[in-house]
Amino acid sequence: MKIPFSKKERTPFEVLSFISAIAVFSIIFLIFFALLIESFPAMKAFGFKFLIGLKWDPVRDIYGALPQIFGTLTTSFLAILIAFPVGILTAFFLTEISPSYLSRPISIGVELLSAVPSIIYGMWGLFVFAPIISRRLIIPIKNKFPNSPLFEGPPMGIGILTASIILAIMILPLIVSICREILLLIPDKVRESAYAMGATKAEVSFKILFPYAKKGIIGSAFLAIGRALGETMAVTFIIGNQHNITTSLISPSSTIASTLANELSEAVTKLHTSSLIFLGLVLFFLSITVISLSRYLIYSVEKNSGSRK
Amino acid sequence: MNKRHSILRRIYDYTFKTFATFFAFLAIFILGAILYEVLKRGSGAINFSFFFHLPKPPGEAGGGIANAIVGSFIVTFIASMIGIPIGVMSGIYSAEFGRGTSFSRYLKFSTEILSSVPSIVIGLFVYAVIVVPMKSFSTIAGALALSIITIPLIHGVTEEMLLMVPNTLREAGLALGVSYPFVVRKICLKSAKIGVITGILTAIARISGETAPLLFTSLNSPFFNFSLLKPMPTANVTIFNYAMSPYDDWRQIAWGASFLITVAILLLTILSRILFKRVKNG
Repeated sequence: MKIPFSKKERTPFEVLSFISAIAVFSIIFLIFFALLIESFPAMKAFGFKFLIGLKWDPVRDIYGALPQIFGTLTTSFLAILIAFPVGILTAFFLTEISPSYLSRPISIGVELLSAVPSIIYGMWGLFVFAPIISRRLIIPIKNKFPNSPLFEGPPMGIGILTASIILAIMILPLIVSICREILLLIPDKVRESAYAMGATKAEVSFKILFPYAKKGIIGSAFLAIGRALGETMAVTFIIGNQHNITTSLISPSSTIASTLANELSEAVTKLHTSSLIFLGLVLFFLSITVISLSRYLIYSVEKNSGSRK
Repeated sequence: MNKRHSILRRIYDYTFKTFATFFAFLAIFILGAILYEVLKRGSGAINFSFFFHLPKPPGEAGGGIANAIVGSFIVTFIASMIGIPIGVMSGIYSAEFGRGTSFSRYLKFSTEILSSVPSIVIGLFVYAVIVVPMKSFSTIAGALALSIITIPLIHGVTEEMLLMVPNTLREAGLALGVSYPFVVRKICLKSAKIGVITGILTAIARISGETAPLLFTSLNSPFFNFSLLKPMPTANVTIFNYAMSPYDDWRQIAWGASFLITVAILLLTILSRILFKRVKNG
C-alpha cells in the first residue's frame, strides 16, 4: 500500500529517517571505496602478481596472496563438504521425522549453537578439540597410511582439517535453519500425496522434497560458504598461521581473515598495511559474490512458493 | 513389487532415519560439549580479583581484567548508541515513508549484503577511514565498527516488524486527521515496539561476541581507559591475546573471560527469545 500525503508537510522525523536510509544504503559502497583506495600502493607495487604470488614475506616486504586465498577456499570448501550433509539431514529430522516435542528443543539448541561467539569456538577448538582430533583421528590415520600426502607432518591437531571441522560446526546452524524454513514452506499436500502412493520417509525426503526445494537448499549452502570465508577468530586460533600452500590436511596454513587478524595491528611498513587491505578487498569480493548468488537462489524459492500457495 | 525390493526400501528408510536422528543429536551434543568445557574451565578462573583487579605481568600471581570488562561495556554501549537510532530510522524509511519505492528495494538488498560482509572486513574499513587518519587505535573506532555490524540487523528487524502492523491501524489513525509521520511514530512504532527491542537485543548479543573487528580498531590496553581517542581494552580481545600467550595464568584468565561472555550472550539470547514469543502470541 502506498499512503498518499502531501510533499509540503515533511516533518524532521521523516527527513531524518530518509537521511538514515541513505547513510545505511551507502555503507557498503563506502567500504568498497575505502578498501580500494587504501590498497592502491599494493596494487601499484605487485599488480596482478599479488593474487598469484606464492611468497608472503613481511621481512623482505614482498607480498603474494595465493597461500591465503588457497587456505581460505580450502577450509571453506571442506567445511561445507562436512556441514552440508549433516545440516540437511538435521533439517529433514526436524521437519519430517521428529515428533514435535523433540523438534522444538533441538531447533533451539541449534540456534544457540549459532549464538556461541567465534572466539569461544576458537578457545574450545584450540584447547579441547584439537588435542582430541590429534589423538583419536590423525594419529590412527597416520599409523594406517604412513605415506599419505594428505596426512604429512607432525600430528599437532592444529591445521586445515581441524579448522575446517570447527568451521563446519559454526556454519551448521545456518544451513539447518534455512533448510528447515524452506522445507516448512512446501505445502503438506505434496508430502501427503507421496505418502499416499506408499513412499517411505526417505523417498519423500530425497525424491520429492529435495528436488522441490533444491534451489533454496543450494542457496543456503552458498550463504554458509559466505559465512565460512570470512570467519576469523576461530580459524585464527586453530589454523596455525603459516603462509604456505600444502596438500597436507594436518599441516598449518593461513586464511585471509587469520592473516589480517594476526598482522594488521603490527604492520610496520606502508606496503605491508596496504597489502593486508588489498587482501581484505579480495575477501570482500569473494564473500559478496557468494552471498549475492545465495540471495538470488533463496529469493527465487520464496517467490515461487508464494505464488503456489 | 517383489519382497526383496521392499526390504531394500525399508533398509534405505531406516538408514536415512538413523543418520538424520544421529546428526540432529550430534549438533546438540557439540553444543553441550562446548558449554560444558567453557563453564568448567571458566568458573575456576572467576574470583574477586578477576572482576576487580587490573592485569598483572605474566609470572605474578593474581590479576584480573576489570579494565577489559568495563571496556567491553563502554564499547558495546557506544556502538548501540550509534547503531540503534540509525538502524531504526532507516528501517522506518523502508517500511513506511519509502515503502514500495525502488530505492527501498535497493536498500533492502544493500543491507542484506552488508549483514553478510565478514566482520573483519568491517573492522578493516574502520581501520582505513578512522585509525589511519587519526594515527591511533581508539575506542570510537571500535564502537563504530561494531555499530556498522548492528545497523543491518536492526534495520531488517524494524522493517519486518513495521510491515507486520496491519494497515487498518494506519488508516484508523489517518482517519482521525493526524499526519502520517505522527501515525508512524505514535501508532506503528508503538505496536512494533517489542519486536524491535527483540531485534536490538539480538544485535547487542551479536556484537558482544565480536572480536575480529576490534583487533585493529580499539586494540587493547592493560589499563583503564575512559577516553574516546585512546586504545580500549575489551574482554574479547583480551581472550585472544591471553589464549595465544604461553603463560598458564593468562590462559586461565582467558577461560574466565570466555565464561563471562558466553553467559552474557546466552542470557541476552534467551531474553530476546522470551520477548519474541510475546510478539508472536500478540
